[in-house]
Amino acid sequence: MQVSVNINGVEHSRDVEPRTLLVHFIRDDLQMRGTHWGCDTSNCGACTVWVDGAPVKSCTMLAVQAEGAEVTTVEGLVKDGALDPIQEGFTECHGLQCGYCTPGMMMTGRWLVDQNPNITREEIREGISGNICRCTGYKNILDAIEYARDHANSEVSA
Amino acid sequence: MTAVEEVPTSAAGNPIGFGRMVRKEDVRFVRGEGNYVDDVNLPGMLHGAILRSPFAHAKINSIDTSAALELPGVVAVVTGKDLEGLGLAWMPTLSYDTQAVLATDKVRFQGQEVAFVIAESRYIARDALELIDVDYDPLPVVADAKKALDPGAPIIRDDKEGKTDNIVYEKWEAGDEAVTDAAFAGADVVVTQEILYPRVHPSPMETCGSVAHMDPVTGKLILWTTTQAPHAHRTVYALVAGLPEHKIQVISPDVGGGFGNKVPIYPGYVLSIVGSIVAKRPVKWMEDRSENLMSTGFARDYHMTTSIASTKEGKILGVKVDVLADHGAFNGVAQPTNYPAGFFSIFSGSYDYPAAYCKVKAVYTNKAPGGVAYACSFRITEAVYAIERIVDCLAQELKMDPAELRLKNLLRPEQFPYKSPTGWEYDSGEYEKTMKVAMEMVGYDELRKEQAEKRAKGEYMGIGISFFTEGVGAGPRKHMDILGLGMADGCDLRVHPTGKAQVRLSVQTQGQGHETTFAQIVSHELGIPPEDIEVIHGDTDNTPFGLGTYGSRSTPVSGAAAALVARKVRDRARIVAAAALECAPDDLEWELGRWFVKGDPERGKTIQEIAMAAHGSLELPEGVEGHLDAQVVYNPPDLTYPYGCYICVVDVDPGTGQVKVRRFVAVDDCGTRINPMIVEGQVHGGLADGVGMALMELIAFDEDGNNLGGSFMDYLLPTSMECPDWELGETVTPSPHHPIGAKGVGESATVGSPAAVVNAVIDAIAPFGVRHADMPLTPANVWRAIQGNPIRTDMAVE
Ligand code: FES
Ligand code: FES
Repeated sequence: MQVSVNINGVEHSRDVEPRTLLVHFIRDDLQMRGTHWGCDTSNCGACTVWVDGAPVKSCTMLAVQAEGAEVTTVEGLVKDGALDPIQEGFTECHGLQCGYCTPGMMMTGRWLVDQNPNITREEIREGISGNICRCTGYKNILDAIEYARDHANSEVSA
Repeated sequence: MTAVEEVPTSAAGNPIGFGRMVRKEDVRFVRGEGNYVDDVNLPGMLHGAILRSPFAHAKINSIDTSAALELPGVVAVVTGKDLEGLGLAWMPTLSYDTQAVLATDKVRFQGQEVAFVIAESRYIARDALELIDVDYDPLPVVADAKKALDPGAPIIRDDKEGKTDNIVYEKWEAGDEAVTDAAFAGADVVVTQEILYPRVHPSPMETCGSVAHMDPVTGKLILWTTTQAPHAHRTVYALVAGLPEHKIQVISPDVGGGFGNKVPIYPGYVLSIVGSIVAKRPVKWMEDRSENLMSTGFARDYHMTTSIASTKEGKILGVKVDVLADHGAFNGVAQPTNYPAGFFSIFSGSYDYPAAYCKVKAVYTNKAPGGVAYACSFRITEAVYAIERIVDCLAQELKMDPAELRLKNLLRPEQFPYKSPTGWEYDSGEYEKTMKVAMEMVGYDELRKEQAEKRAKGEYMGIGISFFTEGVGAGPRKHMDILGLGMADGCDLRVHPTGKAQVRLSVQTQGQGHETTFAQIVSHELGIPPEDIEVIHGDTDNTPFGLGTYGSRSTPVSGAAAALVARKVRDRARIVAAAALECAPDDLEWELGRWFVKGDPERGKTIQEIAMAAHGSLELPEGVEGHLDAQVVYNPPDLTYPYGCYICVVDVDPGTGQVKVRRFVAVDDCGTRINPMIVEGQVHGGLADGVGMALMELIAFDEDGNNLGGSFMDYLLPTSMECPDWELGETVTPSPHHPIGAKGVGESATVGSPAAVVNAVIDAIAPFGVRHADMPLTPANVWRAIQGNPIRTDMAVE
């Protein structure tokens, strides 16, 4: 089945099996490897991307369901060579260790900050509860997202 | 040495030496440019998938692969029979047992490897699994360690010649039994408690996998694999498969968390190699989450009957532990050979008493193999849990505050180096000071007041303390090896002509930040800015031999190697500088980054100038080679002993059994801190593990040996909601025998924190007459404990 998806501003068209998961489409068909995979049951959030501006666990969606959609992955966060505040925040606040959950965490975190520029720490805590990190114990991830909140300029991403 | 030394800053703003700096490796990770095993894609690469047993114990009558082979896109299907022909059906484990790569005679746990499909795509390989027809005869199952000892129990390891029971080993002991019995006989108070450390799983976010590429022309095997120990794995592959070691390159690229899960060698790795040989094309095998949870290295499953003896004033006189260890179907533990129960015998803990004795018996069951994993520091986590739980039981018995009881018994600074009753020699510590810092930070006395007020109103909060001592950095080659490989680590350092450096490590990072901290170690010794030092690791062709990253050994062993190799370079730089300055090496004095003439500080050469001179035309003294390179192998004189005091505060709803972790204070003493930010990150992660194990995580089995924790729907990991904002403190007592005084911290919090959480919960519900309940303290278990009927997590679920 032919599917066309705009990923990070670039049109990609491929012939895929209808059952292909969006995460596999991104990782295997398009060889964009920043989006990760961590579970069989949609619990971990390592695969989080934005579909039409909202975070989606890309293992819960078929590639064909993304037909015509605008998808943003971690590779789309860098703008004009500059890191996004969420990427700066994760670096500055030591919000990552092995880095495996990080792309998904950043996609969720950046979206939370976009939704509510005054988001509180407790709202962030709740907002990332669908993303699992096995390394950091979350405290620095909350710090990193707060950093992004405090450093994000007015321009809205995605 | 103070906690934070004043160090100069480099042009890039980094400390030249120790101190907080952001991680060098983050640049690629935050851009999504990491390179994990599943990111490795080679031209012509095939995909492997493993057919696993649905039964915990069953005889295999036949395997029919014909339908699978007919599926378009399937290249080959490998069964145990095929491997038998190659002599590869069984492989050695890291503890001198054997494990089936693919089952031949029977399956021994649910999820065991039965056949391997190689196909053109991930999806086709999985489709083919459904087409393989295996005829099984189910056999009676042993899912309970105690039942494994029953006289009539089915024999699991009948592959072993003459095996008539399920014993892995009958008795391993430490300490003096007679002395301990005498101490107990003279005690006012003896408390005994059955304590279970249930089966849990490290489940790193990246599952295990490998890409094998056997070049049919050169005969060289390159294996990209999720391993914490690339060099040890290479040697094992050489020994198992008879491949020449110099023709095996093991690459451990970015690894998405390890926690001990990636120390053993799994059948899947071997199968990807076999697949690549058979198909003459590269083969990728990546397990899914259920496979990870059901078949790879679990942790714990230690049944510890623990007794403590004391005077009525609370002076501890002795501790005894009788352990039944469940190793699953194969003894797949990874630990030093001479320590079949790992370092469990350090269970005497942080207290001053003369008598301690433990004995351990290990059994096979129809459960997945493993046991030493999940940041356990070779089973010190079990030991710490046993001692810290039993000390709390004693406090309850004596009606004494658990903090007071601990303070009364902690080792005193003048007792170090301290020889423990089971033979460990603790290097250094100021335990009381550390405990007081923690009590101060948490506001211990006020919390106890609050607790009393709340109890009067029918509200239940609890305060739990854990004081732990670990022995890490295995280890001295004299007593410590894995499969005969001594636990020493090499390190190579090259300083290039322009003064930039590359340091090659034998250890490998799974998130611990080695690319930053090892650059800082070299920077501290040579004065080269950390941004000018590249750390190379995780590739056996490009790094010196060493045993890998686990048991918190990277900083204690390889960190020492890095410091010493840099000192060797510094010594060589001195000779070069002397030649350049036309003086004797003895006339020179070192300051960070520079040798200068004693009494004439203006006359000197920076390390960068020396590097250029060493590669240039400068005439060097007779017998002195040029360049500025060095190699070392570090064989640690002993373990290092990090320790700490953790205090957890919980609120428990007695109506629902729900536990809320309100606060968690952790004061760690890991000696010198290379990068405090990274140390704190390591501690945070371990504290989350502790909350997870104490409250949520469990791999349970039913009576038929069905794994009930085989997905993240059932195996619950802590999320941001369960984790409070950790409150960290520190004391710094350097290790006297480590070159930079560092002790290692990677597992401290995982080892120390579960007891603090459990002690807090039990403290909260003690008014209901509860003295102990086993982990995980789920709402159901807490509620039932309050009703006087706690769930036994060691029993197969009816
Ligand atoms: S891979 Fe775990 S939620 Fe998608
Ligand atoms: S950084 Fe390793 S899982 Fe989050």
